[in-house]
Amino acid sequence: MTTIPSVTASPLTIQLLATATGALLLTAVLLLWRRSITGAAGLLGVQGLALAALSLAAATEGEPHLYALAALLALIKGVVIPALVLRTARQLDAATEGSPVVNPATGMLLAAALTTVAFLVGTPVATATARSTGAAVPVGLAVVLIGFLVLATRREALGQIIAFVVVDNGIGATAVLAAGGLPAVIEVGVLFDVLLVVLVLLILTRRIRLGVAVTDISRLNELRD
Amino acid sequence: MAVFVWIALGLPVVLAAWSLGAPRAGIVRHLPWIASGVVLLCGLLFLAHPVEGTAALAGMLRVDAFTAYLLFVVGCVAVVATGGALTPTPNGRFSALMCLFLVAMSLAVLADNLGVLWVAIEATTITTAFLVAHGGGRRGLEAAWKYVVLGSVGVAIAFLGIVLLYAATGDTPSLSWADLVTRPELAQTARIGLALAVLGLATKAGLAPMHSWLPDAHSQAPAQVSGLMSGVLLAVAFAGILRFKTISDHVLGAGFMRSLLAIAALLSLAVAATLVLTQRNYKRLLAYSSIEHMGILALGAAIGGQLATAAVLLHILGHGLTKAGLFVVAGRTLHATGSPEIAEVHGLLARSPSLGRSWLLGTAALLGFPPFGLLLTELAIIVAGYQRGMGVVTSVAVLLLLVGFAGISRQILAMTLTRHQEPPSANPEVLAPDPAPAIQRGIVLAAFGAVALIPVVAWPLADVLTAAVTVLGATP
Repeated sequence: MTTIPSVTASPLTIQLLATATGALLLTAVLLLWRRSITGAAGLLGVQGLALAALSLAAATEGEPHLYALAALLALIKGVVIPALVLRTARQLDAATEGSPVVNPATGMLLAAALTTVAFLVGTPVATATARSTGAAVPVGLAVVLIGFLVLATRREALGQIIAFVVVDNGIGATAVLAAGGLPAVIEVGVLFDVLLVVLVLLILTRRIRLGVAVTDISRLNELRD
Repeated sequence: MAVFVWIALGLPVVLAAWSLGAPRAGIVRHLPWIASGVVLLCGLLFLAHPVEGTAALAGMLRVDAFTAYLLFVVGCVAVVATGGALTPTPNGRFSALMCLFLVAMSLAVLADNLGVLWVAIEATTITTAFLVAHGGGRRGLEAAWKYVVLGSVGVAIAFLGIVLLYAATGDTPSLSWADLVTRPELAQTARIGLALAVLGLATKAGLAPMHSWLPDAHSQAPAQVSGLMSGVLLAVAFAGILRFKTISDHVLGAGFMRSLLAIAALLSLAVAATLVLTQRNYKRLLAYSSIEHMGILALGAAIGGQLATAAVLLHILGHGLTKAGLFVVAGRTLHATGSPEIAEVHGLLARSPSLGRSWLLGTAALLGFPPFGLLLTELAIIVAGYQRGMGVVTSVAVLLLLVGFAGISRQILAMTLTRHQEPPSANPEVLAPDPAPAIQRGIVLAAFGAVALIPVVAWPLADVLTAAVTVLGATP
């Protein structure tokens, strides 16, 4: 058990924090109505880099191991996962398809509503944490909730994979903002779990597409009572 | 003792590497049950030498009576599932994934750090994804897709809960379960984290309303995978819920988790009771029965106290052995009859006595006929429910259990005892022979026999159960 050193954040850190949290929320909202998988994968990469930047900003608050973790985050969530999604999309000729169930206006309204919910739920958590970043915790929760909305509205397999990573990014952001990140061993374990889940889902997508010729997951409906 | 932790976690990894290295060697098909045996032996060793909480791996893992007992259960059920349904052809990848699946479950059981617990639970989803899809085809892929997406999203909710719980530990951050149960000052800020953690783990534990993936995955997977998932993976996730409940009882009092778990219990029992009545597929029937039994476990955990908690732990063992055996029998039936439909299987007792007898014995154990042990544990939970002021919930649960009892018995009796009037196929009396060799039939019968012996042999387990119940902080 370690006690958190009390530090005063530099103006640069504060700017980095503000930009990164803003970028996280913005990319999540844009993902709601971005139609093509190519565009969505790009946004996911930006979001991954924003999460890495956020964890870097938290690192300047005094935990040096977070530098290495931020680099690993940027590599896996900013580059590897979006690239894998993009590659599968190209190979399956699924790059341009997409099926947001909600139109942009409805998506915006829902995102605003979810962000409000996140602030209502997150404020008690935000006030309870002693960290200077605590006030931004509701942003992390908003990204999680918007991720769930993306998951509910995307019917094609690759879109659902992207939504899953958005949910995880939101949780990662919440961890950084509320507690300065989890212990490094756990963070690395979680990161590799997420990478493996994405790989498993991509392989299943490929098998579903090539074997059953379906990408719209809602058409997989043979199993029921 | 720490060395046995390493053996339980490390040897199956070595066996997995072996399977991948020599995928066509004859030994490969035996490696999963050897790995199961290793886990079982380590569990027995920990049981035989009671320890009061030994930390291992820099405090990430911990061996106490609760984890030792669970490791023993994982090993027992895995031996039945993997030994009872040995595949005739070696498949390196299949065996490797089975071994890694076992490692993930053992790690989840041994974890003290809640982050490690989460990573291990997520790893169980990763390792089982392709095992569920192993049967192939559109249905296998559909089941695997739903399982991985719903499973990982559900477990992500638990991760958010763990993050918020960690944030609630304030100036001395900690994810160690053993540490968190001694931190009553966490107070109200931990409430939302604990609720989310339990909600997320309920997905993996197959508790309603988070159960929608379960009947698909458990009915599509091969017999030994279904047996392991239904018999013990659900219980491993449920053990995670018990850990969070222990923290919650210390921090927020018993009422908070009691209401959450009671709702989940009644919903699960209701879902299972309604769907077993109209079920047409016998593997799905077994899957819904697992949801019912998870409901019983949730009810016992909601009731709390020494009697109900001990009964919950014993019920995990009894249900695990019974369900693993039954899924193996279901796999053999599928092989012999070629159909998973209840309507197309009839007169099994006459046409294939070994299958018919196994179905009847296993179902009697599952439904808690005397002398089978599940009668004992269910009665203990019901009695504890009335004793501890949860009479209404317990009464409703008993009614739902009776409906489930009627539904399951009707379906299984239709498969085993009835004679068909109209032969559905040209030559109905010719049934492919029971594919299992004698030793595999013996393993399943031994599992059912062990469940019958639970009431008789529970006394050597009594000390262990008492110690495990104490670890979980249950008061009389």
